[in-house]
Amino acid sequence: MARFRKEGKKGVPDLNMGSMSDIIFMFLFFFMVITTMRESQLFVRTKVPQATEVQKLEKKSLIANINIGQPNTRELIAKYGPEPRIQLNDQLGDVRDIIQFVEIEKKSRNEADRTQMTWSLRVDEAVKMGIVTDVKQELRKASAFKVNYSTSKGIKK
Amino acid sequence: MAKKSTPGLNTGSMADISFLLLTFFLLTSSINTDQGIQRRLPPALTGDEKPPEINKRNVMKILVNMYDQLLVNDEPMDDVRQLKARTIEFITNPSNNPHMSEIKLKFIEELGAEAPVSSGVISLQSDRGTSYKAYIAVQDQLTAAFNEIRDSYSQQQFGKTFDNLTEGQREIVKKVVPVSISEAEPSNYGGKK
Repeated sequence: MARFRKEGKKGVPDLNMGSMSDIIFMFLFFFMVITTMRESQLFVRTKVPQATEVQKLEKKSLIANINIGQPNTRELIAKYGPEPRIQLNDQLGDVRDIIQFVEIEKKSRNEADRTQMTWSLRVDEAVKMGIVTDVKQELRKASAFKVNYSTSKGIKK
Repeated sequence: MAKKSTPGLNTGSMADISFLLLTFFLLTSSINTDQGIQRRLPPALTGDEKPPEINKRNVMKILVNMYDQLLVNDEPMDDVRQLKARTIEFITNPSNNPHMSEIKLKFIEELGAEAPVSSGVISLQSDRGTSYKAYIAVQDQLTAAFNEIRDSYSQQQFGKTFDNLTEGQREIVKKVVPVSISEAEPSNYGGKK
């Protein structure tokens, strides 16, 4: 009988942590696939309004963003004033810069894709229509007809 | 000589490293994909176009002023949420009201038959002082109205909702129920401040 008695202390066996990192890596890849990198830093506040009839934008590479809103930091407000401004790529622009912006964005795309481009207007809900209309007129002049009014999804009533 | 076994690598901190990467990606990325209301702008005016002749009964005029108040065919509307039902009634004109849009039978090539197409046009005019929020609320209601009309036509013609149709069927429905929203140049009462 004594033969079978185990020697030494009985302790809790160590957990094998080797596969822990694999699991975390799987998480990591999952998040990398479903998310998109935040593009250029925003200088304007864009809290987009809600709407119920939203459509998802397809083909991320064919979207160019135009942000309109009040400058979002105190320093920028001191510099540019509280009036809504337009942000094109990573700089604050003016209505007059839109045509050039459209040209640059179109040039950076495939020739076949240029007519398929969507111009996504991310406009703060407090902005007045005046500046939005000016931007739309410029887009028409630049033959950028496909626009998207960016909204967040609201609840259907 | 005794065989030297290679010592095992300590992979305990591997998990920590990958956690760090995970948090980094969580912070620098955003899940939300862009979504919104899509519209097609008309080509730029060259200056010598004549306004198309449209019968007055075929136009529903929506004005949004600088206080975000609505005027639909010269009558004030208190709540923007009534606009959807009003638009549907105007476009489909179920009671054949002579003050609402004309329904004309039009030959649709893909369908190989005639279909009732509404001649109604929604004319939307905003002011430079209208808030973007109010404008989107109106656009949302109009989109909802057209989506519902398309859905009901799809249901009647193909027995499915618009979303479940094939690409070809969708084209037909788009031809029968076009999104006819015309945006007038905005007025400028609220802009001068």
